[in-house]
Amino acid sequence: MMTPQVENAGIDAWVVRFSNRIDPANRNWITAFCRDCRAVLGDALVEMVPSYTTVLVQYDPWQLTDTVSRRLLESVLERLEPSSEDTGGRLIKLPVWYDVSVGPELSLIAERNGWSPQRVAAAHAATQYQVFALGFVPGFAFMGLVDPALATPRLATPRQQVPRGSIAIAERQTSAYPQVTPGGWNLIGRTPLTLFDATREPMTVLEPGDRVRFMPISRQRFIELGGDPTPVAEATP
Amino acid sequence: MSRAGALRVEQAGPLALLQDAGRFGVRHLGMTQGGPMDWYAAGWANALLGNAQAAPVLEITIGGLSLVAETSTTLSLTGADLGATVNGQPLTPWQRFELHPGDRLAFDLPRAGMRAYLGIPGGWQGETSLGSVACVTREGLGGHKGGGRPLESGDRLAFPQQEPGHVPAETHVPNAQRMDYQQPARLELIPGGQAARFDGYSLYQAFNHQWTVDTRTDRMGIRLTGPELVCRHTAMISEGIPAGAVQVPADGQPICLMNDRQTIGGYPRLGTLTPLARARLAQCPAGHPVHLRACGTGSAQREWRHLFFLWPHQ
Repeated sequence: MMTPQVENAGIDAWVVRFSNRIDPANRNWITAFCRDCRAVLGDALVEMVPSYTTVLVQYDPWQLTDTVSRRLLESVLERLEPSSEDTGGRLIKLPVWYDVSVGPELSLIAERNGWSPQRVAAAHAATQYQVFALGFVPGFAFMGLVDPALATPRLATPRQQVPRGSIAIAERQTSAYPQVTPGGWNLIGRTPLTLFDATREPMTVLEPGDRVRFMPISRQRFIELGGDPTPVAEATP
Repeated sequence: MSRAGALRVEQAGPLALLQDAGRFGVRHLGMTQGGPMDWYAAGWANALLGNAQAAPVLEITIGGLSLVAETSTTLSLTGADLGATVNGQPLTPWQRFELHPGDRLAFDLPRAGMRAYLGIPGGWQGETSLGSVACVTREGLGGHKGGGRPLESGDRLAFPQQEPGHVPAETHVPNAQRMDYQQPARLELIPGGQAARFDGYSLYQAFNHQWTVDTRTDRMGIRLTGPELVCRHTAMISEGIPAGAVQVPADGQPICLMNDRQTIGGYPRLGTLTPLARARLAQCPAGHPVHLRACGTGSAQREWRHLFFLWPHQ
């Protein structure tokens, strides 16, 4: 763990850097920092964007000067105690129907390892992941780290339309597509849950800092939970 | 007492979007900020009417829009000169004006600047999503009729017709406070991000070479073309991106990230444009010359505060 750095990000923002590498241990520091920062800055806090190794903190420059805001962040860092695995963040369970029809790259990953698709699914579901950041499209959670045997580079040619709810892998990260969008991640299954809804409170199922388990379900259960079992249209490029 | 008034959209033009100050408190969930690309001109559009700074204004990009008044009303027009006319008579920006039923307000093509702001007393009505009407087409949020949709021909643009409020005495923005969009843009940049990881010659060139605004420009980002900048820090881990961040991908050509930018990104950054520099850049057409100048946070904050005190206050 390096000493956290406070770096300039303009007239009303700082980037607080906790580490130079992706490490599940960063999460405990970042979760604790976000909590304390919220308490100390109060309504002078405009926005906080946690990511893998950093938190972008945007403040209201009418309430705080650059020097005062920096000093406040440094005081938070000086007193910071990392949250523990048990108390920091929530544990979210995401039901997933793992199947080649909705996750064509299940075969690709299975063949490469000399495994069955079921074994790939079991390996994906065996790990507890954490949400490093949300981005790309609203509610898209960057989670990791996946078992090195499952790590797969992005598709050479992204799909024009990735179906909503698709569970996917890119390198050692995994995610679930909240909406239909172009995308280059490897698809291995589908969740029936609505991952993003702007009219719902909360809007997203997942938030930065959450811990996540994928729970394998049958096709029948997937449909009962409101999932759309339409196979992925395109062939694997 | 307030009743609704409206303008009818006769011809929508390439892009006209409702914008308020933007959407805040949801960026950690992946939602972008939105808001006027040129906050300075948008702020004046509201100030001329005695509106709150965050009141919704219409951002008109490039022109091509034509509106017909259904109700008598006062309006304000600031920012770019897009060849506006009222019933065929030229209307210069940076002023307050009146429309009566049947009057046609039309925008032609950019003469100076790229984005004009049309204000109305009390602000245009729109659909609030996540605390803001800021129209973000990519996310399907906000806008005058919701769903992130831009103005379309045949739409009605409604406003709460209010009793005259505390309208300032000024009907025009003083000349000294108008931005000159014809001059080369001198943009102040606060060094930060991975600036120290660029090679020395690249840093020299970044601040001494003339840049040109590229054709690849939208509300997410504005690309500059010029010398190829080299950064030693290539394998970067994605992090939150502030408004005005200047990122440099592998091709060495900077991209200035604007209101509808992605929330996190993994390209090295030279630093962050000041708010005034962002507003100025938002008005640069493709091919416009740009110079970058390094500045400090404290002075940029003071300059930014000073600008607000020049606005008439209610």
